[in-house]
Amino acid sequence: MSAISSTTTVAPRKKRLSPRKRAQRFRIVQYAVLVLAVVLAALTIDGHQLQQVFFRPDLIVQTIGPELGSAFLNTIIYTTGAFILGLVLGTVLALMKLSQVGPYRWLATIYTEFFRGIPAIIVLLAFSLMGVAFPGFSFPFDPYGAVWVALGMVSAAYMSETIRAGIQAVPKGQIEAARSLGMSPGMSMQRIVLPQAFRIVTPPLTNELVLLTKDSSLVYVIGLFASGYELTKFGRNLANSFANITPLVVAGLCYLVITLPLTYLVRRMETKQRKATR
Amino acid sequence: MTVSEVMPTGNREDEIQIYDLHKSFGDLEVLTGITTTIHRGEVVCIIGPSGSGKSTLLRCVNLLEQPTKGRIFILNEEITDPDADVDRLRTQMGMVFQSFNLFPHLTALQNCSIAQVRVLKKDPEEAKRIAQENLEKVGLGDRGHSYPAQMSGGQQQRVAIARALSMDPEMMLFDEPTSALDPELVGDVLSVMRDLADGGMTMMVVTHEMAFAREVADRVMFMDGGVIVEEGPPGEVIRNPKEERTRTFLARVLDPTHVHPTTTKYDHPDPQKTAGFEVRGLSHHGE
Repeated sequence: MSAISSTTTVAPRKKRLSPRKRAQRFRIVQYAVLVLAVVLAALTIDGHQLQQVFFRPDLIVQTIGPELGSAFLNTIIYTTGAFILGLVLGTVLALMKLSQVGPYRWLATIYTEFFRGIPAIIVLLAFSLMGVAFPGFSFPFDPYGAVWVALGMVSAAYMSETIRAGIQAVPKGQIEAARSLGMSPGMSMQRIVLPQAFRIVTPPLTNELVLLTKDSSLVYVIGLFASGYELTKFGRNLANSFANITPLVVAGLCYLVITLPLTYLVRRMETKQRKATR
Repeated sequence: MTVSEVMPTGNREDEIQIYDLHKSFGDLEVLTGITTTIHRGEVVCIIGPSGSGKSTLLRCVNLLEQPTKGRIFILNEEITDPDADVDRLRTQMGMVFQSFNLFPHLTALQNCSIAQVRVLKKDPEEAKRIAQENLEKVGLGDRGHSYPAQMSGGQQQRVAIARALSMDPEMMLFDEPTSALDPELVGDVLSVMRDLADGGMTMMVVTHEMAFAREVADRVMFMDGGVIVEEGPPGEVIRNPKEERTRTFLARVLDPTHVHPTTTKYDHPDPQKTAGFEVRGLSHHGE
């Protein structure tokens, strides 16, 4: 012990920078690396070639049109329907998970684990074949119905976990206060707990909506009429016929139009919530 | 006579009748045989060290805790009967919590009217009028549209009292209503409670406010170790306690060097002196 301390004191003193100086140096190094990377990129990348592959102006112009608008709208319709269905089913599953009745809890857990564990694309394919599996059966609002159900069921699995956590985050005193006013358990849940739970989970659920918006692109695997095309399917078809990926890049950028405002909204809500929680 | 043979007295004046009440949490026995009756218009203050079962007793009365054994009659109806309409009986007992437990997503007015509309099926306009009346009664007539987060602790607790009063209850249960408040806000809440007592409300109050108990209570109940050690008019129990345990407790609480009883457990590591106090982490109530 004493040997160690003596060596440290005896050891020749290096010239040490002050912490502030060191932080400054480190920042300079970071900027230098960044500038170097940009310069390297500018030297090696062939701008024209890049444009020809990803951003051909003539194809951008051809991609933008009423069909892109309809694809954009379809993406929103697929997503919204699936989200609403997922939200309702997710709430039911969350309540099942908190149920006093064992079998409800088990069913909800099995459901969640199943649909979280398999790829959404397979669920989507399976549901698109329901008409073949059960002759005479078809989802209402074809082709939207099958997609809403498939994506809704998958997202319900994720949302149920979030909603369950939200319900459990509401302090126990809230139920006690509600019950002491003579409210039944169901009424306490509906009028007092759930409104607060949904406030708590609005940011994570909006994130789920962002994920779902992108997952709606999986619709491209099922057979559709042109009227049912969403952004990815539309972009892919054009990309195939032009033998150039530019339309798909345009379609991809369209997703940002939807998702960026949503993520901005989530951040706003999260800051607001942080402020509200005393 | 065994507990199962107990019948309610049938006397309208005997609002809360408790017979041989026991409550355990796992192996921990919190209440070990409480028998008492609280009469119409009576103000009963329950005092005692933390962990003595005061809050548990109060929470058993409106069945927020399910008693392990014993029977409780509210207005001569057994609330501990498995077939009892507990929700209806609860509307007769206003409850005020240490941590207020206001509904944060509702305004003060909505806090006071939601149960009137949903439980008592009152007309929303009528419920709002009653809510406003009660907010005025607690001195917050102008804060009806505020949300709980926009109010001080003292104001929140007064809204909680107004919320309970809006159900027009026969009796009120107070579970350490001022313990979570900053000292300067305690007075407003206590004065609202004093007004209630003066108005003839039946009240069970778990409290550490000895001055309040001394001045307002008709009866003071000293609890320790899950039983009622001593009870009687405040003049007797607080000024002139008969039991040694009561004397020890009051000496600690009223000792001017120890403003609040909970400070004792930190000031005196001596186990004999702290024995009556709750081991930290064993609390069953409060957040």
